[in-house]
Amino acid sequence: MLKFLLEKEFKQLFRNPFLPKLILFMPVMMILIMPWAANQEIKNIKLSVVDNDHSSYSERLIQKVIASGYFILEDISGSNTEALKSIEAGKADIILEIAPEFEKDLVKTGMAEVMISANAVNGTKGGLGSAYLAAIMSDFAQDLTTEQGLNAGQGFSSASINIVPHNKYNIYLDYKVFMVPALVVMLLTMLTGFLPALNIVGEKEAGTIEQMNVTPVKRLTFILGKLIPYWIIGFVVLSICFILAALIYGIFPMGNLLTIYLYATVYILVVSGLGLVISNYSDTMQQAMFIMFFFMLILILLSGLFTPVSSMPDWAQWISKINPLSYFIQVMRSIYLKGSGIMELLPQLFTLCGFTLFFNTWAIFSYRKSN
Amino acid sequence: MSAVSVKNINKKYDRIIALKDISFEANSGEIFGIIGPDGAGKTTLFRILTTLLLADSGKATVDGKDVVEQYKQIRQEIGYMPGKFSLYQDLSVEENLEFFATIFNTSIQENYYLIEDIYKQLEPFKKRKAGKLSGGMKQKLALCCALIHKPVVLFLDEPTTGVDPVSRKEFWEMLKKLKEQHISILVSTPYMDEASLCDRIAFIQDGNFLKIDTPSGIISQFGEKLWAVEADNMYKLLLDLRNNKHIKTCFTFGESHHITVDNTLTMEELKTYLSDKGHTGIQIRAIEPTIEDCFMQITEKKQNE
Repeated sequence: MLKFLLEKEFKQLFRNPFLPKLILFMPVMMILIMPWAANQEIKNIKLSVVDNDHSSYSERLIQKVIASGYFILEDISGSNTEALKSIEAGKADIILEIAPEFEKDLVKTGMAEVMISANAVNGTKGGLGSAYLAAIMSDFAQDLTTEQGLNAGQGFSSASINIVPHNKYNIYLDYKVFMVPALVVMLLTMLTGFLPALNIVGEKEAGTIEQMNVTPVKRLTFILGKLIPYWIIGFVVLSICFILAALIYGIFPMGNLLTIYLYATVYILVVSGLGLVISNYSDTMQQAMFIMFFFMLILILLSGLFTPVSSMPDWAQWISKINPLSYFIQVMRSIYLKGSGIMELLPQLFTLCGFTLFFNTWAIFSYRKSN
Repeated sequence: MSAVSVKNINKKYDRIIALKDISFEANSGEIFGIIGPDGAGKTTLFRILTTLLLADSGKATVDGKDVVEQYKQIRQEIGYMPGKFSLYQDLSVEENLEFFATIFNTSIQENYYLIEDIYKQLEPFKKRKAGKLSGGMKQKLALCCALIHKPVVLFLDEPTTGVDPVSRKEFWEMLKKLKEQHISILVSTPYMDEASLCDRIAFIQDGNFLKIDTPSGIISQFGEKLWAVEADNMYKLLLDLRNNKHIKTCFTFGESHHITVDNTLTMEELKTYLSDKGHTGIQIRAIEPTIEDCFMQITEKKQNE
């Protein structure tokens, strides 16, 4: 019985003028474009410098800032008010103002003042920009101390701790290595969440579900007939993503691919379960689409995909605890970057299984009720 | 045993009462017609009988099986053709038929004799997508799909709505042939002319069954003198007829007005009455009542109660 239902589903799927293309096109676009668009490294910050000192030290500082590669020197202004104007005009993102007696103070007292003002309309850009600038500043101070110490002939004048950071699992802090596995999760969620839900609501709209309901086909068989094709599609998409990630970005999972497939198997059930629940409560495609979209947005934003969960407020962290996406993203990142195995990820497996049980029971329960 | 037996079925949607205490029996092997205007409750009744909807109260059995407790057996034994075309539009004629045969664990070959007459007409289009068929062809395909598992009882919800007169006629001829195969048929329709083709009919209005009888039985109970009246100005004629105290009812039927009159009025008297009112081209003749006349009479009586 199930065989015939599946045969029918696949016939309909391949006959659809749009869906097969979407299934191929979406992962390709997602992997090709999204990692670049979702890049959170800040570069090309436009800098306006107000140099009130015009000394060799201030000149050196400016050179050092530009040499860092994060900043583009937009203009050199005569005064702070002038610099503020260029921020207002959108020409500059950040102002570096060097105090009049910069070199003198520095040589005499070892202390000097600079002021950093950032345009915080784009909070990330402003925050990161001033942080970079501050880091360069302390680096500059360090240089000077060393130089002076050497000049004075004192080998170790001030005890300084030199920190050498080692970024484990992602040595170069490559953003793409971190984003690609999570984007795959997003993609899988959208395809396997939306499609079965819309398919069932489509049958409702066409009235064919009525015709199916008067046949001896059992509910479970009917629902399996809807789930399995999207399960297979999910695997195809997942595989396309792996291949693209390896070919284009050279990103290979450190852990076992089979472990990923195992988690994906469970995860697809969770998402399509959620889709089924939504389809049971909606009568039209439009309704289903909007409800699904609403949940997807919240789940994706609260999943830790773009921003770390640990920096969210407590209540948002609680929501992310009941968000299946965040678990699968953890799993994907751990397997891809750390090479974690099943044993380390058992809690996530159990949680995902829990979600599966919850949503699918609800789906079957709500299907009965509408009858 | 009766094919369908309904006892005191009630169904409400929020505040709207769809079915009020409906009871009837449809005998095995007969074509039972449920005749009534749109919104009378026909589809609700069909959905209850085909186990798609639960009644608020009452009992119903199909082929002796309870629609609530034995719904699984019923689904094996009935064929249902909803009013709205509900086959897979993106599958071809052949694929649709094959699909519905397989999910009932049978094959097209096994029951081909049942659908042969109908399917022959569809055969030239068997590779065409169901969505691309004409209205009449769609109905024929839907009937094939509802028949392919050799149901004991066939439910047809307004099968001829939106179908041209020739296809409608063909469709009813097919139903007669199915009856010969001992399939009981429950059919609903808003068309009065189709009522006389049923073995027995029930009039339904606002969720009430007004009368259940054979078509000839209903006509014989009409019990009134019925005349058809025509004149050049039909609208003025209607007003004047309704103003005459001897005329009990007056309804427009196509090109003439059908009136029921009391025994004191003769045709001559009516003719003079109308000429006095200035009518020309007056024609009056006694006619046999049709099902539609009976339906109008029964609903009129019901409203006066």
